[in-house]
This record gives sequence, structure tokens and C-alpha cells, in this order.
Amino acid sequence: MSSHAATAPPDAGAPHAGPAPTRRRIAAQAAFETRAILRNGEQILVTVLLPLFLLVGLDRVHAVELDTSGATRIDFLTPGVLAVAVMSTAFTSQAIATAFDRRNGVLRLMATTPLGRGGLLAGKVLGVLAVEVVQAVVLVVAALVLGWHPDAAGIPLAVVSALLGTAAFTALALLVAGTLRAEGVLALANLLLVVLIVAGGVLVPPAHLAGGWSHVAALLPSGALGDAMRGALLDGSVPVGPVLVLLAWTVVLGWATRRWFRWQ
Amino acid sequence: MSRTPATDPAAPPRTTPHEGGPGRARADDVALRVDRLVKRYAGTAVVDGLSLVARRGAVTAVLGPNGAGKTTTVECCEGLRSPDGGTVEVLGLDPLADAAALRPRVGVMLQDGGLPTGVRALEMLEHVARMYADPRDVGELTERLGLGSFARTTVRRLSGGQRQRLALAVAVVGRPELAFLDEPSAGMDPQSRRAVWDLVAELRSDGVGVVLTTHLMDEAEALADDVVIVDRGKVIAQGSVRELVTDGGADGREHEQTLRLEAPAGLPADLLPGLELRERAPGQYVTKGVVDPGTLVALTQALAARDVLASRVSVGRRTLEDVFLDLTGRNLR
Repeated sequence: MSSHAATAPPDAGAPHAGPAPTRRRIAAQAAFETRAILRNGEQILVTVLLPLFLLVGLDRVHAVELDTSGATRIDFLTPGVLAVAVMSTAFTSQAIATAFDRRNGVLRLMATTPLGRGGLLAGKVLGVLAVEVVQAVVLVVAALVLGWHPDAAGIPLAVVSALLGTAAFTALALLVAGTLRAEGVLALANLLLVVLIVAGGVLVPPAHLAGGWSHVAALLPSGALGDAMRGALLDGSVPVGPVLVLLAWTVVLGWATRRWFRWQ
Repeated sequence: MSRTPATDPAAPPRTTPHEGGPGRARADDVALRVDRLVKRYAGTAVVDGLSLVARRGAVTAVLGPNGAGKTTTVECCEGLRSPDGGTVEVLGLDPLADAAALRPRVGVMLQDGGLPTGVRALEMLEHVARMYADPRDVGELTERLGLGSFARTTVRRLSGGQRQRLALAVAVVGRPELAFLDEPSAGMDPQSRRAVWDLVAELRSDGVGVVLTTHLMDEAEALADDVVIVDRGKVIAQGSVRELVTDGGADGREHEQTLRLEAPAGLPADLLPGLELRERAPGQYVTKGVVDPGTLVALTQALAARDVLASRVSVGRRTLEDVFLDLTGRNLR
């Protein structure tokens, strides 16, 4: 009689209770990840304060010459700064957090709970998106105060572009976090962010970069994300090229992560 | 009703070591079965044909020196590593293929803790509790393990023993049927250890199967119903503590005393009249038999006559440490 065999023993501590529903587990993990990032001073610095500093600094201080192709400085800058925000959260912050979780055995431990590896990944991605919402609120408010007039028709396109960029950069974050030592990831994730901000075509369009580098930058996920955001919010349309570049990076990095990611 | 009375699940869980030893456990009783497990790293077999059985409602200690393959074995059981050979059956299921079904039923305490450093202790416990439909009461568990004093401290600032206690709480908060505890009391002060041991004993009496790895003899002796001694990836002895320390229960041996002596190497075997002094490792001697006050007088006189100072002399029953030393010629640490 299977119903009898399935009855839990009468002891208080012993009967296994079963997992919480999948949605609740993933929501709990997402909230946990989001809190961890928003409470960490260094993470706030790189995800919120750095983009805000770039936005305000480049708009107010005219020391850096920008070829805005006729747009106002703030209209030209804001899409690129939003792209930087995506990169800082999806890549730098997530790479560092995951690398240290991996080193400390957190990934392994959570994989043994009902959350599992899939739930852990889903929770991380939702955590990234939640932090991006916080960033977007802060940066959009600041940009509007500074006189930003986005192309309203392009806002949904900008959201889709940001999601594509999030996918590509989260895959990159997991790839480095799952293959390199935590200290190495800490250095690389910050350094790469700075290099991509300066020369990756994110704040300054790839087309404005010197000579042959402009072609390279256009093929980088940073350049593609920057162009997609600028297209959406300046012109209300996203060119196909950057979208394909972001999709290609997502596929390649996602495959590489599946292939090489080590949980321990 | 095809079940026989002997397998009635309402029967009280066994809390004392039973006679047959772990190899003869009934199928229903078995929480974990590892059969000829092999795991290689870079071609070297870290676990080399290891077999063991752990029962429900019993504590099974996997005892061995560092590097013996204990953690790797447990990680294969937890579904964290895939075996290169042999089979693992956890609650009758495959830890890899049936991972989703097993995760809610198996509690895990990792050797390195697995706790995120930036999170407060209580927050972590509450977070893991949310993964289960009906977790244990977090407040009660906090009190049981004395987590209250550091509940609001971040994991980064916890002492080793505090982290261990938190990791144990995390392992049992989901009411597991089987708990894997990797070195549960490493780095703990005696009080914390007591709390951990009490909780483990309670899990056992609730019918939970507990598999713990340790290199601490006294931990295995105090807690374990069954002991599996592992060395170099293989099981070198297994049985209840009593079976192991009495050489498989040989008649009368448990009444004998064991005298242990640490002194310079090279003392003769006939140092003591009527007792054979064996040098198990350089400078480590043991003799078994009837040891009385006169034996100690004879020993100190014999040493004095040679102008040799003993650094340690002890008399007592055989311990698991002795068993290990006898089998391998090495100390556990």
C-alpha cells in the first residue's frame, strides 16, 4: 500500500517537508542577490555612483570634446551612460559576486538545496535586472533634471536593447567568474569595464573612434550596446547591426560558459 | 499490504549500534549505498573502489586522515561530483539523475562552509529555510546551536566555530532524511562541539541518517553507530566502534587494557615482563593485556634503568586511533 509507505514518520524533526514552489525559491534567491549587491559599498560605487558621475561629469564639465552630431550633450550622453550601467551590473558586479561565491563554496551549497543550479542562475539574472531597475531610476531622474529629452518612441526599443546587452554581459560575467580565480576576476572585471568605457564604443560611438579601431569597437558588445541605446533614444530606431552583434555575443559567451564554467 | 511487520515504518528508530554491522543493513534501512566508487583527479584515483552503507536513524562516521578521499566521496553522494566508476545510491536514488528529487530530502554541510561572506548569519539561515515548504523553526534552531549571539553579524566576521554552527543549521533547516556533514566540528570550541554533537544525536533519534566525515577520533567514538575507516581512497575497516576496538568482537579482548607509550625509538619488545611492547611507529609503543599498577612501576623502572624519559604514558581501552595506527602504521593527523 503505497499511501501508507509515503506517510511521513511521526517525529517532529524527521519528516522531509519537500521544496518550496519553484517561483518562491527563485524569487527568494533574486531578492537575496539584489540585497547583497545593493548593500555592498564597492558594488554601489561601480553600479550606481560611477555611471552617475560619468553622466553629470561629462555633461557639466566640457573638458572632454564630444561630437554629438547636433544633439544636446545630455541627449547624446544618457543612452551611453545607461549602457555603462548595464555593463557595470551585468558584467563587473555579477562577475565579482559570482567569483567570490564560487570560491567560498556558495554555488555548491546552494546547488544542494532545493534551489538547484538552474534556480541559482535564474535568481542571479533576476537580481541583475532588479539592480538595473534601481540604476535606471537614478540615472533617468538625474538625466531628466539635466534636461534630457529622450525619443519617447524609442523607450521600448531601449529596454529591449538593454535586455540583450544584459544577456551578453551576464554570460561574459559567468564565463570569467566560472573559470578564473576570484582575485583575478576582481581585477579583470574592473579593468575591462574601464577599458570598454574609454575605448569600447559605449560612451563615444564606435564610428567616432580612430581609424581601424572603429570597426573593432562596433563588433564589441560594448560598442553594439552603446549604438543600440543611442539609436533607440536619439532616433527612435535601432539599427540591425548592433542587435545581431549582441545576439552573436550572447550565443557564443553562453555556449562558452556552459562549456567551461566550473562550479568549484 | 505487502510489507512485513519487520519493515513497519512506524517502528521506533534504532538508536544503538546493531549487531550485524553496516554491511548487513536491511534494504529499507539503507539511506546511502556506495558501491566500488572511483573518482580520479588528473588520472590519480583519490577514491579507489570505496564501498560503504549508511543506515537511516544512525550516525555513520567516515574517518580518515586528510587526503584520504572522505570529502570527495561525500561530494559524489551530494551530486556535486560525478563518479568515474562504481555507483552511489542516495535514499534509493541516483544523486545526479535524480538530483531535483533528492535536494529537498538531503541536507549538506560543506567543509568550506559555502556561506556568502557579506550576509548576516541569521539572514543566511532564513534564506535557505525559504527553499523548503515546511522548514524547521529558525528561532528554535538558532537557540539550539547558540547562533543568537552572532545572528546579526556578517559571515565575514564570524569565527571558524561560529561559521560551522551556522553551516550545520543550514544543513538541517529543511528537515532532511539524510544529512551529510563534512568535518562538522572542525575549528570549534568544546562548548560549540557539545551543541553540535547533541543536535546530531537528536537527528539520529528522529530517524535521520547522518553521514559525517571526521579526522577526530573522539568525535567518531562519541557519535557514531557505524565507523568506516578510510585511507588512500579505500575502506580499510568498518563496523561499530565496539567491533573495531575489540578486533571484531574477539572474546574477552574488551576486558584487556591497552598501554600506550611515547618514548625514544628503539626500545626492546621485552621491556616489560610478560607483555609484548610493540613499536607501531617510531617512538610509539603499545602493549595489550592485563595492565596493573605494578606494570607501570615496572615500566618506569625499566625506562629509568636506560636513562630514557617517556613523553607520554596512558592506559585505557583501545581507541579508534589505535585501530587506525595498527592498520596503517601512521597517525591520523
